[in-house]
Amino acid sequence: MSKQWNIFIAFFRVGILGYGGGPASIPLIHKEVVDKYRWMSSDEFGDLVALGNTLPGPIATKLAGYIGYRVSGVLGLLNAVIATVLPTIVLMIILLSTLSSFKDFDWVKGMTAAIVPVVGMMLLVLTIQFLQKAIKGMGWMPTIMMSIVIFILLSLLNVHPGIIIGALLIFALVKKDKVKEGSSS
Amino acid sequence: MKYWEIFLAFFIPGILGYGGGPASIPLVENEVVKRYEWMDVQEFSEVLALANSLPGPIATKMAGFIGYNEGGILGAFIGVFAIVAPSLILMVFLLGILYKYKDSPKVKRLTMYVRPVIAILLGLMAYRFFFESYTGIGLFQTIFITLGSYLLIERVKIHPAFVIIGAFVYGGFFL
Repeated sequence: MSKQWNIFIAFFRVGILGYGGGPASIPLIHKEVVDKYRWMSSDEFGDLVALGNTLPGPIATKLAGYIGYRVSGVLGLLNAVIATVLPTIVLMIILLSTLSSFKDFDWVKGMTAAIVPVVGMMLLVLTIQFLQKAIKGMGWMPTIMMSIVIFILLSLLNVHPGIIIGALLIFALVKKDKVKEGSSS
Repeated sequence: MKYWEIFLAFFIPGILGYGGGPASIPLVENEVVKRYEWMDVQEFSEVLALANSLPGPIATKMAGFIGYNEGGILGAFIGVFAIVAPSLILMVFLLGILYKYKDSPKVKRLTMYVRPVIAILLGLMAYRFFFESYTGIGLFQTIFITLGSYLLIERVKIHPAFVIIGAFVYGGFFL
């Protein structure tokens, strides 16, 4: 029982203190899981983050779920995910429902209109970050060429992004590796 | 039917969003705004702004709220489940195998190849947001708020939550 309570509190803290989305909460999870409750070593945690990043989807819930599972099975998994996710979803629903009940006032319309360019700016910053990472991984030319092709497919031909990503994932797995020995660790 | 759509709308970002939660934002937008038309750009930007200002993972907050909006508490549950479960289940059951291939170039290529797609999706989404803002509040206000928020968040390093509150206040008085 107290173990479940510890799992809940650990990930509840991560969920309500982790500003800036899932990736930003990784150090907080480290603090709880490695430093405070000693459920795993720092090395193990590092491996876990690396593994989590090889899979798609939000990282914070993957870590929470796996660690919860390791500590106390399926119940621990559910507990950890709920503790990470639930508090802020409830907050979100309350705040947005309140906002939309005032929607017809002019000043509320002004308030929400001012948000659109702020979000646009944040998306642009994210765009640049993803491009920079792509360039770091593949080099300038491949990134530019790929980006142009992807742009044409997405915006001019209206191909669903899922199809493009699916095709690239298959290509990444099927493509032969360059022969390079001793690339462990 | 609705619940199945909610499931699909978040399942796809959940299995294709390589690069953590932020990578799934444009994929969620693609389903929610473009495909199912549950929200317009303005409403989605409110959701995203708030998801960004509140703590915790962003993708699950969006899934929870949009699921709730479309299908009540069950909808919220399905949305969160669809975005969280697939990769979490893989993680729990395939950890041994993943561990073996962690440093394989194939696995590294997965994330690498998806990045430009996410980048372009994000860029297109940013364009739609700016265009929406331009038609709504005009060119001058759009540029002013964009530059102002950029300087405050990226240069002065003020937390986005405060900048969003600031934008709310500014909008309430001046727009």
